[in-house]
Amino acid sequence: MIANYGYKDGSGEYYISIDTDKCIGCTADRACLTACPKLMFEIITDDYDDEVAWVKKPNCRTLAYDCADCKPSAGYTSLPCMTACTPGAIKHSW
Amino acid sequence: MNAEVKADTLPEKKEFWRWQENVWVDESKDWKSAKIITCGIDVGSVSSQAVLVVDGELYGYNSMRTGNNSPDSAKNALAGVMDKCGMKLEDIHFVVGTGYGRVNVPFAHKAITEIACHARGANYMGGNGVRTILDMGGQDCKAIHCDDKGKVTNFLMNDKCAAGTGRGMEVISDLMQIPIAELGPRSFDIDSDVEAVSSVCVVFAKSEALGLLKAGYTKNKVIAAYCQAMAERVVSLLERIGVEEGFFITGGIAKNPGVVKRIEKLLGIKAMDTKIDSQIAGALGAALFGYTLQSKKAAA
Repeated sequence: MIANYGYKDGSGEYYISIDTDKCIGCTADRACLTACPKLMFEIITDDYDDEVAWVKKPNCRTLAYDCADCKPSAGYTSLPCMTACTPGAIKHSW
Repeated sequence: MNAEVKADTLPEKKEFWRWQENVWVDESKDWKSAKIITCGIDVGSVSSQAVLVVDGELYGYNSMRTGNNSPDSAKNALAGVMDKCGMKLEDIHFVVGTGYGRVNVPFAHKAITEIACHARGANYMGGNGVRTILDMGGQDCKAIHCDDKGKVTNFLMNDKCAAGTGRGMEVISDLMQIPIAELGPRSFDIDSDVEAVSSVCVVFAKSEALGLLKAGYTKNKVIAAYCQAMAERVVSLLERIGVEEGFFITGGIAKNPGVVKRIEKLLGIKAMDTKIDSQIAGALGAALFGYTLQSKKAAA
């Protein structure tokens, strides 16, 4: 399942997509949990009883601001969450 | 000169936004002879539904306005449909809560997100050909892909603003002083197509609509402009995850042809028809999840 967390507003589209099929049985030891400086990720049991990562609810409405410090304009060449997620489950839309 | 205004002389405030609440029971079925009775309760931000499923088939439902707290809304929704068929809470084997108030349904055995429940409900209502679901809820909007069993494969939700939601339509209904059920048909009663209102925010859309009225637009043209804006907004949401054949719309806005026809035109796809109230999809899906869980429990 592709789970998209985020929003679209007048300034643009801000979604973090998590491919839960790659997230189940994570081979990166849930590195996303600590890689994100804002600790936005959390492991939950989804509706189909799989343990997967999701973006915490309050962050879903403020992604543009929460992720700004990790974007190229802040000096990063790759996003910490995507780099830590070696199965490649995490993607940013912007 | 100050004229004294007494409260009882003030004109009565009409609630144009108030949509039709419904209680329905399939009287051709006898729930007393059923093996498994399950219930789904969807406590949404604007409306609450309780659906009863008897041996895996829809038996009855109640759809009503959400009150000021989730537990009472859940109780009232369930009481409405149980009273109609003479059922008691102890007759129900499994209750699943869904919607934004799902964790506050006091008698629920399990809470499941509305995304999974809408997919399951749409699969029941539209058949196993349903692939893309648009849920236009009271205060959020969801685009969902599912497989032939109603399992979610991709979803996207926008709950940051009320534009493109049922609450937005209620605001316009009150502003125009036209009953909400008439907005859709009236949006087609215009001489020529109109541009959508430009704002994506329901508050600014309201002020823009007022501006159009002052500029000489008829009420029907303003409604058409708002319906077009809603359609464009949700279509942009749908396009993000892609639209496949087998397109189904759930939620209250599915009853508004002014928005539905415009969405169909923009997508170039016709939405699937159903005889079941589109507003109960989430609660129906929850009750069906309950049926599966109770069946497993009974078989163990």
